[in-house]
Amino acid sequence: MTGARPLIHARGLVKRFGDFTAVDGIDVDVRAGEAFGFLGPNGAGKSSTMRMVGCVSPPSEGELRILGLDPVRDGAAIRARLGVCPQVDSLDPELTVRENLVVYARYFGIPRRVARQRAAELLDFVQLTERADSKVEPLSGGMRRRLTIARALVNEPDIVLLDEPTTGLDPQARHLVWERLFRLKQQGVTLVLTTHYMDEAEQLCDRLVVMDGGRIVAEGAPRALIERYSTREVVELRFAAESQEKYAGMVAGLGERVEVLPDRVLLYVADGDAAVAEVHGRGLAPANVLVRRSSLEDVFLLLTGRTLVE
Amino acid sequence: MDGTDLAGRPVTRPRVPAWPVLGYYLTSYRRTWRSGVFTSFLLPLLTVLGFGVGVGAYVEQGVGGVDYLDWVVPGLIASTALQVAVLESTYPVYSGFHWSRVYSGQQAAPLRVGDILTGHLAFVLLRVLLSTTAFLLVAAVFGVLRSGWALAVPPVVVLLGLAVAAPVFAVSAVVPTDNHLTILFRFAVLPMTLFAGVFFPVESLPVGLRGLAYLSPLWHGVELCRAATLGVAPPWPLPGHLLYLAGWALVGCLLALRVFRRRLVV
Repeated sequence: MTGARPLIHARGLVKRFGDFTAVDGIDVDVRAGEAFGFLGPNGAGKSSTMRMVGCVSPPSEGELRILGLDPVRDGAAIRARLGVCPQVDSLDPELTVRENLVVYARYFGIPRRVARQRAAELLDFVQLTERADSKVEPLSGGMRRRLTIARALVNEPDIVLLDEPTTGLDPQARHLVWERLFRLKQQGVTLVLTTHYMDEAEQLCDRLVVMDGGRIVAEGAPRALIERYSTREVVELRFAAESQEKYAGMVAGLGERVEVLPDRVLLYVADGDAAVAEVHGRGLAPANVLVRRSSLEDVFLLLTGRTLVE
Repeated sequence: MDGTDLAGRPVTRPRVPAWPVLGYYLTSYRRTWRSGVFTSFLLPLLTVLGFGVGVGAYVEQGVGGVDYLDWVVPGLIASTALQVAVLESTYPVYSGFHWSRVYSGQQAAPLRVGDILTGHLAFVLLRVLLSTTAFLLVAAVFGVLRSGWALAVPPVVVLLGLAVAAPVFAVSAVVPTDNHLTILFRFAVLPMTLFAGVFFPVESLPVGLRGLAYLSPLWHGVELCRAATLGVAPPWPLPGHLLYLAGWALVGCLLALRVFRRRLVV
């Protein structure tokens, strides 16, 4: 395949809109067969980065190479090898599910006969075969997203770009999408996705960057990031409303670190149960206690002082 | 750039990228063409009956010695071209950016902005051609085509269609809300239809307004269609009318490409 050359290579990549800097000098390398994630809250610059990688938005500054090519000069040639699942779908609600795929395949110069055959295979893959001849309009959000994913695969792309693939879906629909994406990943398709869901990032990504305010604040495998930036366990203590600050002071020193959220206090510790015993030992009686393993959400909180989903 | 990608697979791109874009609009049109064909014939039939036969009965002396029906039909054909061209270049284009977002989907494929624009414009011109051809057939049935030059009407209305559709594409791409599009209908389409020589000669207008009629692309389309179906010479030398319309078309296309780029490549 490609050897050491990354499919996506960015150095000092910047995107400005007037005075606003959406992406503020990021370095990224994505290798073939990898599932790579951009994790961050809304407004972190993820979508702007995706649009630059998708060759529809020229970088303001910095170096960007996709499949070894320059997106500004060879945009159309690169896009011929990309599959894009945008955040807001651009399906035609008046056309049938199948027509949407065939029409889109034609944009890639795929002959009609091949397009029909591929549409049938992809509908099978995203479990929409029964809806093939139904219009898109009455489809649920999850079905539309799966159709958009199928559409992104119609040219057998080298890289699939997924911008917030499960945002706005109910839990069951999300799991269906994850399961399909996981299958793609197993087939060796290079996936690049943005998300503000830490569970999505943990489940799907081999490697990710945490973005905040247009910059990359951390990079690595999900597990490695958690180990590096957080403790093994977290104790969540819920005290009476408006009193989290007061109690935070009283549990200080129990863990490596204490974070105060509007509705709870987080205690970062190696041993959760021991810490809970200690809390009770100090005569404190929080309304609710939860011991859990550290997640990417904690990594983000520790790095930026803010939560991912507000 | 063709050839193979990094994995050695062939890179496929359409040979004429605007072609599958037109294909998309044809696929959409297939859903509604039946009712479309019906109105394409019914509307000219009703207008010919209403304006030609009804109004014509009051215009006993005709216009410049020509029967009113024979005189008004080529004008109506040109005005149909205008209506279809504007209708197909307003809401559908606005929708492409804001509602259906079809342009952003196309942009993610290996199509360039010029391909996206060309494909959509081609569809609009095809619609113009189909509705005016229907009108022309109705006119033939009523025996109002007095010259073999009537065969020149289809290419003329396509030129008129482009002269109108291209700048309207640009407008629809920049308006902030779809309400702004109604301004276009009220202050451009309606006055043009009424005062650009469709229903009465522009010579009946006060001199100042006459100048405005000459500026409108519709007047040139009307006079060319009329000259063709009556088999007479148009008021201006033929290249004058054609170049004027071509000017609108060219400037319109350049403007549309510019604003499409500004909107899509950000």
